Amino acid sequence: MTLSRALAGVGMLAASAIAAAGSVAAQDLKIGIMAVLSGPQAVLGGQLRDGFMLGVKHAGGKLGGLTTTISVQDDELKPDVAVGKAKQLIERDKVDFVVGPVFSNILLAISKPITEAQVFLISPNAGPSPLAGKGCSPYIFVTSYQNDQPPEVLGKYAQDKGFSKAFLLAPNYQAGKDMIGGFKKHFKGAIADEVYAPLGQLDFSAELAKIAAAKPDAVFVFMPGGMGVNLVKQFRQAGLESIPFLSVFTVDEATLPAQQDAAVGFFSGMTWAPNTDTPENKRFVADFEKEYGYVPGSYAMQAYDAAQLIDSAVKAVGGKLDNKDALRAAIKKADFKSPRGPFKFNNNGFPVQDFYLVKVAKRADGKFETQIVQKIFESYGDSHAKDCELK
Amino acid sequence: MPTSLVLVQLFNGLQFGVLLFLVAAGLTLVFGVMDFINLAHGVQYMLGAYLAVAFYRLTGSFFAAAALALPASLLFGLALEVVVLRHLYVRDHLSQVLATFGVILFLNEGVKIVWGAAPLNLALPELLSGSVPLMEGLRYPVYRFVIIGVGLSVAGGLYLFVNHTRIGMLVRAGASNTAMISALGVDIKRLFTIVFGFGAMLAGLAGVMVAPILSVEPGMGDQVLILAFVVIVIGGIGSIRGAFVAALLVGVIDTLGRSFMTDALRLVLPASPARMIGPALASMGIYLLMAAVLALRPAGLFPAKGRA
Repeated sequence: MTLSRALAGVGMLAASAIAAAGSVAAQDLKIGIMAVLSGPQAVLGGQLRDGFMLGVKHAGGKLGGLTTTISVQDDELKPDVAVGKAKQLIERDKVDFVVGPVFSNILLAISKPITEAQVFLISPNAGPSPLAGKGCSPYIFVTSYQNDQPPEVLGKYAQDKGFSKAFLLAPNYQAGKDMIGGFKKHFKGAIADEVYAPLGQLDFSAELAKIAAAKPDAVFVFMPGGMGVNLVKQFRQAGLESIPFLSVFTVDEATLPAQQDAAVGFFSGMTWAPNTDTPENKRFVADFEKEYGYVPGSYAMQAYDAAQLIDSAVKAVGGKLDNKDALRAAIKKADFKSPRGPFKFNNNGFPVQDFYLVKVAKRADGKFETQIVQKIFESYGDSHAKDCELK
Repeated sequence: MPTSLVLVQLFNGLQFGVLLFLVAAGLTLVFGVMDFINLAHGVQYMLGAYLAVAFYRLTGSFFAAAALALPASLLFGLALEVVVLRHLYVRDHLSQVLATFGVILFLNEGVKIVWGAAPLNLALPELLSGSVPLMEGLRYPVYRFVIIGVGLSVAGGLYLFVNHTRIGMLVRAGASNTAMISALGVDIKRLFTIVFGFGAMLAGLAGVMVAPILSVEPGMGDQVLILAFVVIVIGGIGSIRGAFVAALLVGVIDTLGRSFMTDALRLVLPASPARMIGPALASMGIYLLMAAVLALRPAGLFPAKGRA
């Protein structure tokens, strides 16, 4: 695709400009970014790229003090395209790290060629269970969460709140079923109904009528991207807002510019929100909005942390990228301050961190963001880590 | 099963159906009259929605935005016809499919460059944002009745236009036998341009109408396009009446299937497999309908005269 080539080109140009400005280092740091930058989900890939680039900028353009070259690749949300580009990054560009992608199916596709080449793969968003348990790899580190965890936040909240009847709605594909499963893990109340809508459905009026007829205490929804935009607007227009709206990946900073007032007061589960009260986060959010002109979402924050993680690890080994074991030990320490607060790695390379209930609000400047409501889990690791043989 | 829920779902189906009709009407005319496969019809629907958002940002009024977006869609359709598509009429269907698919890729990326990849929002005007309680706990938005009303009036207007005006007569004649009316001295090129622009405007109208209830995003037309093709195949290519009946059929069958298929299966199956099979069967419903129609009446329910 022409645009992706152009984008990658811009990335290379920017990076080589940085490289030219720096002095000649003994060793350069080469990083490949893999994200979806075309199609309807491109806004998520854009957040990922921008978040990472801000992290590089905060490190003075040189991660770990090394001259840093960055190659940005568009995976087009197609596993075969992603594998081709991953091989290109490894063989042609000889990268030291691959950062990405946004979607779990892409991560599962590219993880094998990358880890087999003994290149570190930092996943700033996707955290599928196959890579958290038996299939864990010493070359994979995840700076987001394991996919089961965000819906668990809502299930725990619904349980603690004493909701006795919940209505569950998700798209009819694997991730939809996983999210519903995650919700049910801690929620022991009755399920009014469990509805799977076709992936990519435009109009939810039929499902909304069913929700109204079922009269649940709460709805739990997973509707990513444009589907979530549609659902939220229509939920509000149908006058159902008196029913608590619990969701994952349905109302976030990527969709809020389109949902706007319709989403205010709706709940989600995340490790962070733009108003998380840490000095690192204040700096991250302020600089991000100044640089890119929109409110960062978790996609951007986690990619920012991926840059901080690489920076800290490369610094710790004194720029010696060839000693993979030393580099891995340095990565594992997670010796950086995340905007979200406490962050450390579990034995499987997935994080142990706090999870919060977040709620959509309108800021004084008229923009929309999620905000922290309450902590649901503290130092929470995923349930697959025990199946991982790594120590 | 409460009757009020069935009634609400019928309304939902009707509303979905008239939207499909707005898109399919233009497609069936272009396909029927010009024998031209225009995959780019879906992006014209997308463009209608984007233009509505753009004009809303300029004027701050939904009605002004709608009023401006329609002629803009028409102009865009005409421009597309003159610049690209006109040169493809003499080519075979494969070239047309390839070229119009290229237009889809081009415009999907184009709107992303102009308006960004993030979905956009169009606020409903105060006047239309009310809702009426149709059943307990559910308020039916007035705007959805407006969609049904607009769709039905466009259908009525099209009926009068196609059956009782001179251009309409030529359109019908064109759908039956293009070579003949060309031989009779009708300026077929001009007729094509008019039909094409008009079809683009109808798709644009559908885009404008959905902008407040759906997210406006790149690629939003692609899915509608497939459904629109299903509609015109069921209805009979080139037939406005067929497109109307088929659009309502598809809308109602799809909506009722999504609403009640799982519940119906639960009567004969345990809950868990019913939940798995229900949505799958429901999304197959309209394609099963299409297959049945093709088997029994290969030219569609209401084929244009002379085509059957």
